[in-house]
Amino acid sequence: MAFTLSAESEKIVDELLKRYPTKRAVCLPLLHLCQRQNGWVSRDVIDYVAARLELPTSEVQGVVTFYTMYHQHPVAPNVVWVCRTLSCELRGAREVQRHLEQRFGCKAGQTSRDGKFTLKTAECLAACGQAPMVQINDAYHENLTLAALDRILDELAAKTAAPASDAQRASHH
Amino acid sequence: MPDFAKVISSRYGIPESHTLRVAEQHGAYAEARRAFTSLAPEQITAEVKDASIRGRGGAGFPAGVKWGFLPKGNTKPVYLVINADEGEPGTFKDRTLMELDPHRLIEGCMITMRAIGAHVCYIYVRCELVLSIDRLNAAIEEAKKRGYIGNAPFGVSHPISIYVHTGAGAYICGEETSLLNSLEGLRGEPRLKPPFPAVSGAFGSPTIVNNVETIASVPDIVRMGGKAWAGQSRLPNDGGTRLYGVSGHVKKPGVYEAPVGLTLRELIYDLGGGMLHDSRPLKAVIPGGSSTPVLRPDVMVSAPDPKHPLHPWNGKSTIDVPMGVDTYRALGTMLGTCCAIVMDSSVNMVEVARNLMHFYAHESCGQCTPCREGTGWLHDVLNNLCEGRGKPEDTALLVDIANNMMGNTICAFADGTAMPMLGLIQQFRDEFIAAGKGGVQPRSLGETARPLVGGRA
Repeated sequence: MAFTLSAESEKIVDELLKRYPTKRAVCLPLLHLCQRQNGWVSRDVIDYVAARLELPTSEVQGVVTFYTMYHQHPVAPNVVWVCRTLSCELRGAREVQRHLEQRFGCKAGQTSRDGKFTLKTAECLAACGQAPMVQINDAYHENLTLAALDRILDELAAKTAAPASDAQRASHH
Repeated sequence: MPDFAKVISSRYGIPESHTLRVAEQHGAYAEARRAFTSLAPEQITAEVKDASIRGRGGAGFPAGVKWGFLPKGNTKPVYLVINADEGEPGTFKDRTLMELDPHRLIEGCMITMRAIGAHVCYIYVRCELVLSIDRLNAAIEEAKKRGYIGNAPFGVSHPISIYVHTGAGAYICGEETSLLNSLEGLRGEPRLKPPFPAVSGAFGSPTIVNNVETIASVPDIVRMGGKAWAGQSRLPNDGGTRLYGVSGHVKKPGVYEAPVGLTLRELIYDLGGGMLHDSRPLKAVIPGGSSTPVLRPDVMVSAPDPKHPLHPWNGKSTIDVPMGVDTYRALGTMLGTCCAIVMDSSVNMVEVARNLMHFYAHESCGQCTPCREGTGWLHDVLNNLCEGRGKPEDTALLVDIANNMMGNTICAFADGTAMPMLGLIQQFRDEFIAAGKGGVQPRSLGETARPLVGGRA
């Protein structure tokens, strides 16, 4: 089914188009808007963005594959990013990652058994002084202990409805 | 602990410092008002030149000089682009400005736009920094409502618009031409220079790209006067105070403001509260983000020639040399972003190299072959060394790969990978050789952290 943005988001797009001398410049922000609505950047999203900005589909695809924050596959309702770069590793990032892999029953890049969390590793998230840290959806959680991390995840799991069917489960990739 | 004057961070710690009401109570926009109503654009640029402010994003280029590269008699629009794509491993200072004092950055943008004749400014923020983005957008809205941002700031006919543009997760977009491509909606691949952005940057127009901290310093430069602002520094030709970051094995990691020319010893032992474990002494420091070659405290400066720029520190430890753009270049490393990663005696440097080269292999944009292939090969060889599959000749192989990356690519990413790689081998060759014979203890970095996490010790 073809993708369309909500009327509310379309208004934001009209506003964004006024900010730049070219339509193409709206490509990254528009992809963010679409992903927020759709959960990931599907082929239909790419077609929509290409049509809306009058760009070749291949160029939008090129942009999507260049940047790590565009999900090219479906993800769970919650995405957990573990910062693995040096300052965090010095302060326990590997331990955090091992713990999460155990808790979720999956490896980084995959989705938890209950379908509620996708686990990913991140490169430096500019929180080196507050290591170790994870980003969950939009929020940074810093100066973590495993106990604190578990509390955050318990709370989030309770708030997240289990995915309706296996079809909605994120693919392992 | 020394008590340094707070200038750029003067509003940190004040409740609600990110709101216009509180920021304005503490001086915000007074200098923008003055810049628009009673200073000529050339006067502003002159003050910034006098301030000798070296770019705070890592390259250390004097900001006032950069502004002077705008072409004369230009008829195209001029853009100001703020590089807020903070992502150099170890670096977390710009975030504090955007989160705690977004109005200081907005005010700096306004004054700079007045100076360079720009009417549109884009603040390119990495999309992971959600709080920074929210705070900046809210600050822009407040400043618009107050009439500061708009058609006639402070009654002066110089229309200005400031927009936040979010990235999408790519370290390379911190490179200024890659950032411009990303701003234009393209893959973030760096452009060949020349033309430099000041001549042909965003949308083919003259563009000044500056770091967050650089532009957030402008209001204080205008307030104090360039010379007085520069005079806060302990070093010549490298003015002011700046934000220092310290992370890793210290008791009090964080961001601290201090004069330019602080030493690593002061940063680690005074501001950073000293080494995390009293039983584990300092082994090595990456002084200014992961691309800057590592320093070790047991290496002494050798500069017996009185004309050598480091002669005053001849015979002293490298961590006693003041942190400045020029002093650090003389030392064979770089000041970079001035955010240090501190490592204690438990750390194996081959593991450090593996961690960092994983980063560079992941983040290379892939445009130039020496970088795309080189970063991957460095990481593969280091993986072998760390997992016990290494060979005695691997150390020489790493050096060879790194040397073939240097200077052979469009942007500085490959050099920024090869330099720290070569630095690690130069300073800790014996550890690489040993790893080639028997492998390092697996996960030796993770083990160092275990007692800290989750009370499992």
